[in-house]
Amino acid sequence: MDFAVFWIAAGVAGAAAINLIFQSKPINSVLSLVVVLFALAVLYLQLSAEFIAALQIIIYAGAIMVLFLFVVMLLNLNQDQFGSNRKPGLRSFGVLIGGTLIIEISLIARAFVSSSPTDGQVVAAEFGSVAQVGRLLFGEYLLPFELTSILLLIAVAGALVLAGKREEAQPPEERS
Amino acid sequence: MIPLSHYLLVSAVLFGLGTVGVLISRNLITILMSVELMLNAANLALISFARWHADPGAHVFVFIIFVVAAAEAAVGLSLVIAIFRRKNTVDVDELNILKG
Amino acid sequence: MLNTIWLIPVFPLIGFMINGLFGRRLTRYGSGVLGCLTVFASFILSLLAMLFLGEGPHRFTLAEWIVAGRFTVSFGFLLDHLSAVMAVTVSGVAFLIHVYSTGYMAQDERFSRYFAYLNLFVFFMLVLVLADNFLLLYMGWEGVGLCSYLLIGFWFQKDSAANAGKKAFIVNRIGDFGFALGIMLIFWKFGSVYFPEVFAAAPEMFVPGDTLVTAICLLLFLGATGKSAQIPLYVWLPDAMEGPTPVSALIHAATMVTAGVYMVARCSVLFALSPTALLVVAIIGAATALFAATMATVQNDIKRVLAYSTISQLGYMFLACGVAAFSAAIFHLMTHAFFKALLFLGAGSVIHALHHEQDLRHMGGLRKYLPATFLTFGVATLAISGFPGLAGFVSKDEILWSSFASPLGGVAFWVVGVLTAGLTAFYMFRLFFLAFYGKSRFSEETATKVHESPMSMTGPLVILGILSFVGGWIGWPKVLGGGNSFEHYLAPVFAAAEELLPHGVNHAHSTEFLLMGLSVGIALLGFIWAYRWYLRGSTAPENLKNKFPAVYRLVQNKYYIDEFYHLVIVRPIVGGSRWLWKYFDELVIDGSVNGLAAFVRQLGQAGAQPQNGYFRGYAATFALGSVAVLAWLIYVLS
Repeated sequence: MDFAVFWIAAGVAGAAAINLIFQSKPINSVLSLVVVLFALAVLYLQLSAEFIAALQIIIYAGAIMVLFLFVVMLLNLNQDQFGSNRKPGLRSFGVLIGGTLIIEISLIARAFVSSSPTDGQVVAAEFGSVAQVGRLLFGEYLLPFELTSILLLIAVAGALVLAGKREEAQPPEERS
Repeated sequence: MIPLSHYLLVSAVLFGLGTVGVLISRNLITILMSVELMLNAANLALISFARWHADPGAHVFVFIIFVVAAAEAAVGLSLVIAIFRRKNTVDVDELNILKG
Repeated sequence: MLNTIWLIPVFPLIGFMINGLFGRRLTRYGSGVLGCLTVFASFILSLLAMLFLGEGPHRFTLAEWIVAGRFTVSFGFLLDHLSAVMAVTVSGVAFLIHVYSTGYMAQDERFSRYFAYLNLFVFFMLVLVLADNFLLLYMGWEGVGLCSYLLIGFWFQKDSAANAGKKAFIVNRIGDFGFALGIMLIFWKFGSVYFPEVFAAAPEMFVPGDTLVTAICLLLFLGATGKSAQIPLYVWLPDAMEGPTPVSALIHAATMVTAGVYMVARCSVLFALSPTALLVVAIIGAATALFAATMATVQNDIKRVLAYSTISQLGYMFLACGVAAFSAAIFHLMTHAFFKALLFLGAGSVIHALHHEQDLRHMGGLRKYLPATFLTFGVATLAISGFPGLAGFVSKDEILWSSFASPLGGVAFWVVGVLTAGLTAFYMFRLFFLAFYGKSRFSEETATKVHESPMSMTGPLVILGILSFVGGWIGWPKVLGGGNSFEHYLAPVFAAAEELLPHGVNHAHSTEFLLMGLSVGIALLGFIWAYRWYLRGSTAPENLKNKFPAVYRLVQNKYYIDEFYHLVIVRPIVGGSRWLWKYFDELVIDGSVNGLAAFVRQLGQAGAQPQNGYFRGYAATFALGSVAVLAWLIYVLS
């Protein structure tokens, strides 16, 4: 049962990821990424990370991906503007590098992590629950947690500055 | 029951596919999404190790990575919008004015 | 009171800074008054310092300057009778010349700049005479050289003025190089550069005639020949006349050029230890005196006559130093400052009146146009010629007598000195008659414009005229019933040197009278000669010129010394430099630098190739790097 769920989720994630990178239209890529995120959430649940699985759905799929979707629709790109005609040489080169990376990481994973079951150790029922992670966040990791709020504030300010429309500050189109 | 290496293999595959996406895509938005994919691959590895060590601390890291991803997406997409306004394109091969 | 001596040079420095920095904001009146007042303050302070000095020397250290191991130098000032006399003379004459300059330079565009330079010069000159160590003296020495350069080339729009400035600077470098070597030798031997320490240690360290002390003295004297325009480095002084005339009066007659004499007198102890060096000083001095006097007889430029005369008089001073009559040298230095400054200022007045006409052949009959200038110039001419009773007579006679009577002197020195005295009378009266008597040789149009100079110019002339008259009386010789008080005043300074020197035999007073009469007689002969040739309109000079054209040309062209130097020193240096420039500088230095630059450029261009601006290229490189690192990790760990 567990294996079946794992393989189905992993297969869906991998297939959606491949679809993501080879789709020419951005809108399709966004939707593929949402599928990957859902599949990963399943894996998180299997690893008894309930809180993270929920956040994955709510924040990642719900908020961040909506942001992507929003931008794709806002720009409403046509074929010329996002340039789907990829150079074949660089394409195979990229695939070669990515493939090598996969093999190398797998080698490391196989050689230095024993193939013992992931859930070999017995954990309490509340492992990965909102309560447990919440205690960690507001206890041991309070300072990093608070710092994330500053990071988000800066990101908001940066996004406003970058994307905000300022007509008078528009320099001429091409300078080079 | 499921060996740790299985999860790590899935993580490696997703990470490699993200790298391929960054390298072969010319669309800035797709590149950003590939970067998100790589972040998720790292998240999966973290969660797997958390279960294996029976240590929930890694969950906090994943949480923080979510925040970073959100910030990165916000700023990155703002840049995409700003570039699109200036150059009317999101093709990275058109954006080469920094050449030496 | 005496601890304020450091203020003496500081006042002109303040004047320099204000005039130099804010000169444009000041009016001409403000610049002039500021320049004069600061120097006047120095003069008053110098006078007070002289009055309060009393017996012994006084040292005051303002601040440490350089402290490096056992080498220490401070901004220390030494006030003794010698430096007091020098400070009073320098600041007094400088003040009069500042006042004169306000009239002479009134039309100049860079009026405040001129006063800034002049104040700076006075500052350095006072540092020079008041320093208590060799290095501070050297600083003043170089500083006055700098100001001399700046002021000679003050009208740098003229090529000749700019070149004269450069010539003065470069020729002085040669002398200063020797001076610097001398100072280094002194430090190496004594471990100190302070005058009192060095002079106290010298008699114990050396036996008279030691080679090292001779070397030190000759090197110091080389510096003096540069600064004081003696053979062989005198060539810059006649050219220095390109500067404004008050500058010639202050720097190239009264003060700076006498710095060499002051320095030799200051180091009298060292020179007393080396009879050889003293002999060299005396010979150079005597030779310069005679040599320059002959050249002065044929010059037609009024300032050049005076320039050669200055060289000749400086030769007298060195002759006095050479026969160990240091106080006589300083005495003549002082009186010469009065009457030579007066001569230059009078010449300036003439030049001013004639609108920058300097050629004697275009003057004449100025007596009725410029009465005040005529009178004062006459006094100065009499004084320099040695007319009995005037300043020049007393000091010159002292030198002549010393050169005869001193155990280091001799009849030869006396003969050269007296010959020079006769020539001096001749060329000075030639100048005087050509300029002030006879018929006017300038155009009618000029004649209507000739006018006496303003009060600011004639005032200093009159004061200097009085000083030229009575200035010698403070050193009136014993044989004429005086007390020779000047020599007694300076005696403590030279006491140490006197002890090291052999004592002369006492000569009879009748001998002194006889020699005095002889020298006056020969000067009178020079006067009569000039009178007959230039006032009576004799054709003798023309005849002589036609009879000995070669001799005349030789003297007229200053014995071709300039041409000789040019051929022997300047041309080889220029040629060698040109060769180095063409073959060493351009090929080796420039080649290596350009080669390195070209190499770096190639490297940069090669490095710029991957920087093609394509984002995916960078990302691919980055990913490739990760792959390589991981591969290495697997290889190492497995």
